[in-house]
Amino acid sequence: MAVDRRDFLKLAGASVGGLLLSSAVSEQASAVSDAGMAETDVSMLYDTTKCVGCKACQTACRDWNKTAPEVDSSGIYDTPQDLSGDTWTLIQLYEEGPSWSFVKHQCMHCLDPACVAACPVAALQKSEEGPVTYDATRCFGCRYCMIACPFHIPKYQWDTNAPLIRKCTFCTDRMAQDMGPACVDACPTGALVWGNRGDLLADAHARIAENPDKYVDHVYGEHEAGGTLAIYLSHVPFEKLDFPALDSEPLPKQTELAMASVPGIIVGMGALMSGVYYAKSRGEKGKEA
Amino acid sequence: MAVAARAEKRPLSIGTVILWVLVIAGLWSSYIRFTQGLGAATNLSDGRPWGLWITFDVLIGIALAAGGFTLAAIVYIFRLERFYPLLRPTILTAFLGYGLAATAIMFDLGLPWRIWHPLVYWNIHSPLFEVAWCVMTYLTVLALEVSPVVFEKFNLKGPLNLVRAITIPLVIVGIVLSTMHQSSLGSVFLIVPYRLHGLWYTGILPILFFVSAVAVGLAMVIFESSLSASAFKHRVKQGILAEVGSYIPYVLGLYLVLNLGALVVSGDVTLLFEGSVASLLYLLEIIGGVIIPIVLFSMPSVRQNRKALFRAAFLVIVGVLLNRFNVSLFGLGGAVYAPSWMEFAVTAGMVSAGVLIYMFTINNFPVLGGSSDAH
Ligand code: SF4
Ligand code: SF4
Ligand code: SF4
Repeated sequence: MAVDRRDFLKLAGASVGGLLLSSAVSEQASAVSDAGMAETDVSMLYDTTKCVGCKACQTACRDWNKTAPEVDSSGIYDTPQDLSGDTWTLIQLYEEGPSWSFVKHQCMHCLDPACVAACPVAALQKSEEGPVTYDATRCFGCRYCMIACPFHIPKYQWDTNAPLIRKCTFCTDRMAQDMGPACVDACPTGALVWGNRGDLLADAHARIAENPDKYVDHVYGEHEAGGTLAIYLSHVPFEKLDFPALDSEPLPKQTELAMASVPGIIVGMGALMSGVYYAKSRGEKGKEA
Repeated sequence: MAVAARAEKRPLSIGTVILWVLVIAGLWSSYIRFTQGLGAATNLSDGRPWGLWITFDVLIGIALAAGGFTLAAIVYIFRLERFYPLLRPTILTAFLGYGLAATAIMFDLGLPWRIWHPLVYWNIHSPLFEVAWCVMTYLTVLALEVSPVVFEKFNLKGPLNLVRAITIPLVIVGIVLSTMHQSSLGSVFLIVPYRLHGLWYTGILPILFFVSAVAVGLAMVIFESSLSASAFKHRVKQGILAEVGSYIPYVLGLYLVLNLGALVVSGDVTLLFEGSVASLLYLLEIIGGVIIPIVLFSMPSVRQNRKALFRAAFLVIVGVLLNRFNVSLFGLGGAVYAPSWMEFAVTAGMVSAGVLIYMFTINNFPVLGGSSDAH
């Protein structure tokens, strides 16, 4: 019995060792996407100091994407409280004492998106031009993307029996027709502009440099979670506007290591088990002889 | 389960009736779920996209089924054939556990008729993709491992010999698949460092999930054998169960070292002393489900006593249960959520159906004390 228990411990030790080893070996695993290429991606810049809260963008998004308006219990149109299956962008007002600001929420279109790494059927994908697209014919509704997104963006159609994930598309369908995003085109004040990411970042930093007293010295989205296509300038701290404080490490990096160890586990565990079986069988034969 | 299993001695006992009532309530809720959608049947929301079904039916169902591959390794690979009498009921439980998980996934997917999509649309970077593949293949392996029971019953020599011939490769494939997805269920939560509480978020989550699955797999072997002993008057030797119990402190000890080690390395150990609900849940899980069982299983007096051994195994099971709840619900940021009665009904109905199938199989097929496949 004592001998057998030792064997069991060896097995346990070797299995855990194998797991650790294979994680170490896979350290050089390649990144899901290359964030360095993002300079020329399409991008969007929102500036809180220019937004007047007219919600033209919100309505334009609803019109273009033909999503149902939110209604209250008596069927009267109402202002949405949060992003939802029917509300892909939302203007909200932050107010605290004399300090206030509008803010636009929508999909950030991450450079290395957590939702894309998470989606088991690759329904969410990073497109050539940059925006994160969704293929409704692939999605099977596991909702892992909703769990994974650090900005809590993907929303679900809970009230239907054939629900889909809904989120801002960056109006890739309009771009295919040489139009800008509906929300940007509708903005009357220039609070929302689009262009390529390199130019918009340069512009954002120039605005801060010109008016250092007016802005928080931070371009949100430049580095957060590895960088995003939607970038923001603000005159109030970003956490007040419900933007999470994230470091610059893309979230898929966290999973990459574990996923890259899988081949190691297959080979290691398979070999270990076969080896033990072989050794044990021979031992047994020896005993019998 | 205890009540029901014991009650089986009479043909239509209270326990069996309760199980059937639960199954029917579950069927009614299933009807609502599949005709009106997730929104109508569940309390899930955009702020809480995963609930009871993912936590209990999938994560816990699969963890509790880990006895299948652990015991198969002990019996077939380590050739400790004295454990053979425990193997068949354990494999049967594993099969039912995975069946529960697979069925629950059908309920939880928004578009269940697309459940096969991971077969054709691949994303090898997604832990959930790996889990989907492993669960599908391992369910097949388990079905093959259970099949001798059916072949023996109907005296089908040909298929029986065929399955026996491939037993060892099958067992090895089963172990590899189990290692992969038991750990990958932990990897699923690696992508949420901001959402998951620091007491549970760690880079070694996949290893913790794997090691705790082995521990709870062994605990389930004891738990279940003790129940069948009273329900079906089938007693395996106490010595064998005691020996299974003697392995548990090593596995749980490793788990404890890894778990606390990760907390210390990350510095999140300070969160333990914040007195929050999370820290209480964590302490409950580690003290009640890991430390106390380590002590209990290390005591010969506990191992030699059927009841005490059973209680110690029960603690391990509750500990792992709480751990999975902590990782996927309590410790995961999001909207406030309590499952709807229909979510409870579906879960209870599926578990009851599992128990009924288990009892039916035990009563009608050579599961307990069946002849050995190994010879
Ligand atoms: S913000 Fe969320 S949904 Fe949008 S690309 Fe990033 S991870 Fe995906
Ligand atoms: S819900 Fe759909 S889009 Fe989201 S991860 Fe699952 S399959 Fe992918
Ligand atoms: S880019 Fe298009 S989809 Fe996205 S918020 Fe603007 S209008 Fe809506």
